[in-house]
Amino acid sequence: MGGTEGRGPRMVALCMLGVVLFNFPILALFNAPAMLFGVPLLYVYMFAAWAALIVLMALVAED
Amino acid sequence: MLHGPVIVLSAFAYLGLLFAIAFYADKRADAGRSIIASPYVYSLSLAVYATAWTFYGSVGRAASDGVGFLPIYIGPTLMIALWWLVMRKILRISKQNRITSLADFIASRYGKSAALAGLVTVIAVIGILPYISLQLKAISTSYSILVQYPEVVMPDQPGAHTVGVGGDTAFWVALILAAFTIAFGTRHLDAAEHHQGMVAAIAFESLVKLLAFLAVGVFVTFGLFNGFGDLFGRAVQVPQLQAMMAPFGGVAGGYASWAWLTFLSMMAIMFLPRQFQVTVIENLDEKHLNKAIWLFPLYMLAINVFVLPIAFGGLLRFPDGTVDADTFVLTLPMAEKQELLALLVFIGGLSAATGMVIVETIALSTMVCNDLVMPVLLRLRGLRLNQQPDLTGLLLGIRRGAIVAILLLGYLYFRLAGEAYALVSIGLISFAAVAQFAPVVLGGIFWKGGTRRGALCGLIAGFGVWFYTLMLPAIARSGWLPIGVLEDGPMGIGLLKPLALFGLGGLDQITHAMIWSMIANVGAYVGLSLAAAPSAAEHRQASLFVDVFRQGGETGGGARFWRGTASVPDLQNLLARFLGAAAAEEALREYAAARGRRWPEQAIEADAELVHYVEMQLAGALGSASARVMVASVSKEEALTLEEVREVLDEASQVVAYSHRLEQKSSELEAATAELRAANERLQELDRMKDDFVSTVTHELRTPLTSIRAFTQILYENPDVDLEQRVKFLGIITRETERLTRLINQVLDLAKIESGRAEWHETRLDLREVVADTVTGMSQVFEERNIKVDMRIPERMAAVRADVDRIIQVMLNLLSNAAKFCEPGSGRIEIVMSEASGALRVDVRDNGPGIDPADQRVIFDKFRQGGDTLTAKPRGTGLGLHISRQIVEHFGGRMWVESHPGHGACFSFTLPT
Repeated sequence: MGGTEGRGPRMVALCMLGVVLFNFPILALFNAPAMLFGVPLLYVYMFAAWAALIVLMALVAED
Repeated sequence: MLHGPVIVLSAFAYLGLLFAIAFYADKRADAGRSIIASPYVYSLSLAVYATAWTFYGSVGRAASDGVGFLPIYIGPTLMIALWWLVMRKILRISKQNRITSLADFIASRYGKSAALAGLVTVIAVIGILPYISLQLKAISTSYSILVQYPEVVMPDQPGAHTVGVGGDTAFWVALILAAFTIAFGTRHLDAAEHHQGMVAAIAFESLVKLLAFLAVGVFVTFGLFNGFGDLFGRAVQVPQLQAMMAPFGGVAGGYASWAWLTFLSMMAIMFLPRQFQVTVIENLDEKHLNKAIWLFPLYMLAINVFVLPIAFGGLLRFPDGTVDADTFVLTLPMAEKQELLALLVFIGGLSAATGMVIVETIALSTMVCNDLVMPVLLRLRGLRLNQQPDLTGLLLGIRRGAIVAILLLGYLYFRLAGEAYALVSIGLISFAAVAQFAPVVLGGIFWKGGTRRGALCGLIAGFGVWFYTLMLPAIARSGWLPIGVLEDGPMGIGLLKPLALFGLGGLDQITHAMIWSMIANVGAYVGLSLAAAPSAAEHRQASLFVDVFRQGGETGGGARFWRGTASVPDLQNLLARFLGAAAAEEALREYAAARGRRWPEQAIEADAELVHYVEMQLAGALGSASARVMVASVSKEEALTLEEVREVLDEASQVVAYSHRLEQKSSELEAATAELRAANERLQELDRMKDDFVSTVTHELRTPLTSIRAFTQILYENPDVDLEQRVKFLGIITRETERLTRLINQVLDLAKIESGRAEWHETRLDLREVVADTVTGMSQVFEERNIKVDMRIPERMAAVRADVDRIIQVMLNLLSNAAKFCEPGSGRIEIVMSEASGALRVDVRDNGPGIDPADQRVIFDKFRQGGDTLTAKPRGTGLGLHISRQIVEHFGGRMWVESHPGHGACFSFTLPT
């Protein structure tokens, strides 16, 4: 879409998204002794958010 | 089965395999068919980030505080998102300036300062020692445990230095790794510091450690337990483990420490010497970054998925706490009698540790040689190095010595302090040390104001605080300093306690150290940079670095700044001394070929470009600071003043501005040309239309004329035509004359409208009146043809602004057309008026034969009529509808037709109110 022009701002936005996702207070929402699919909620959240971030970075980088 | 010799043999077989891969890759590189010129190999080589810390230590960390190991990998993921901005710039700068190491990069930015290069080297070496000791500890511990198979016994506990150095596994590991690294990285001298063989081997190691770790993870999760659900389900029964599933306590403790660890790893992924080496120095193509940006984070995600399952599995399997959690990866397969898996784990851990040690020591040895030892040796006139014909041997010797020294220092740290800490805690001390490079590097590439003095003081301040708050406690805890220093502060001064400086307590050690060191570092760097203006050399380098994307060419315009005289033979000799005679000859030949000159040069006097080229070649082997000194030794350089540097820079920016203006002008010109072309085409079109018009008009005039002439001739030549016939002929002649008159009137009318010379008398008028009047005026015609007229006109309608006569003309045209096409006797015309959305609408519907869809599109064009005009006799002039539409459109309305052949036609027009 935007070619290499828009890549810089998009990447910065992704970094900021990551900073928000992996910090207080979002982390505190998932810091509960609950289980999801038999796995602790916090771990499910961490790996899911991380994977989503990587997918977005791939989309931007290979655009 | 797993005896000492078997393990040692496997380890050596593995190292041998690595060597073979490196050897093959080097051969291929020499042949010009590199096997590492691929984004996938590049991404895998970045995974040298995952060391024994990741392989063994993450599980240890996870076993004590759950997700606490993750910031070390999430931080780099966040940083890599910024690589498109930051790393691409560093890559470009490094390629243009032939940067050979992190120290070289920093020194080069701040005016090619040798002092700064040395300082960075010292900080890097001291800072990395704990990290290297961590690898030694991991290898020797894993060996000591594995050799006890099938028993699971921990090796000697901290502080028990019962074994002498000669009997210590770690010592031999250090020596073997030193020998291996020397064979690997210092076989020959490369002007660009590329180690393609090493990169290939590292990429292979990244695969091995990932596979080994995943194998253990799958074994624990699905072999020992029945999948994730079963494992976590059992862990949740244990209260101590359940607490780890939501590990964050208060905001101040848990989250702050998490955030600082994330920040620390963001800096580490950029500024660890080995990461700088593989990411920047070994990079072959900037485009490889695009894939690495997501592949490398993906690798980190993959190698971390099983950390928690292994940690929980280990805590469930060894509940009594006798087994160190740092060894779970190895001890779990051993406890389950999985010999081969245990051996695979050992090899995986070995590959993680060796990968780190090889790259790190090669990077550090380059720095020690180029940025610490050589500048000193070159300055010692007593050694007369300037007269030595070939120094390549000396350079390689220094690097080999540096590798051995660094590994032995790492071992020393291991003996002194390493055993008191877990793996991750040791590594974090190194992370905090390299994070001190962040302000001077990031500030250096985005801010032109940073100066050499600011950088020097910032680094010294940051490193000093680091040493005081992290290194000193590590030494004290190992019993080499009185522990009172930690508990009561040095000399009993409580405010200076290394773990709670100035009374800042309640934080973990790393967070505490990072806060104070960053304040000191950034404060000194920014403060001193702003205090005094930069020198000429600093100003020049600052602009070369910060504006790197604005400079073209391979050399980046550095030659602009050199003024002086040097001779070509002197320069060639200089190159030969450091690169070897053949390589020097080759480099100069390439230089000449690239510029289309003949070599050997005929000119004895070298120009600025050649001098700059030689300096860049030397920088590849010596580092920029030493290269500068060496070139200065064979040339007479006129020092540029700050003013002159500014002038050169201004000239450059003026050239840029000129070229911008030129570009702008040329695009304006292009636009003007396009407009002219369009206008010309329009004119030609109009000309063609005029010709068409004239020929159509003459054709239309000739038709009635022909018929008039024919009938007059008949009457003239035959005076005895009977009366009935005569009346009929004269009737035809009259009708044709009328048609001719009408045609001429309409042509004149059209010409006036189209040329804009028509007179319009606009008034406010009631459209209902106009329509009704017109219908009344035509009632005679309708009666003659026996046509019924229906009018449906609303009670009240808004007024419109238009010319009464013109609107009557339109209505007359529509009504006479309708009357013309209706069957006499059964004809019906319907006139409907309505008002909608700010416009009045008039529909005139007839029940004639209707209009063919193909004709509907053209009947509003000039001289076009419905039906076949070639065979049927034309029933109009072909101008009426065209003129009507022109009139309606002149008053801002629309005119169109709807018709189905056989069901009449409905002409409609609107006029805005």
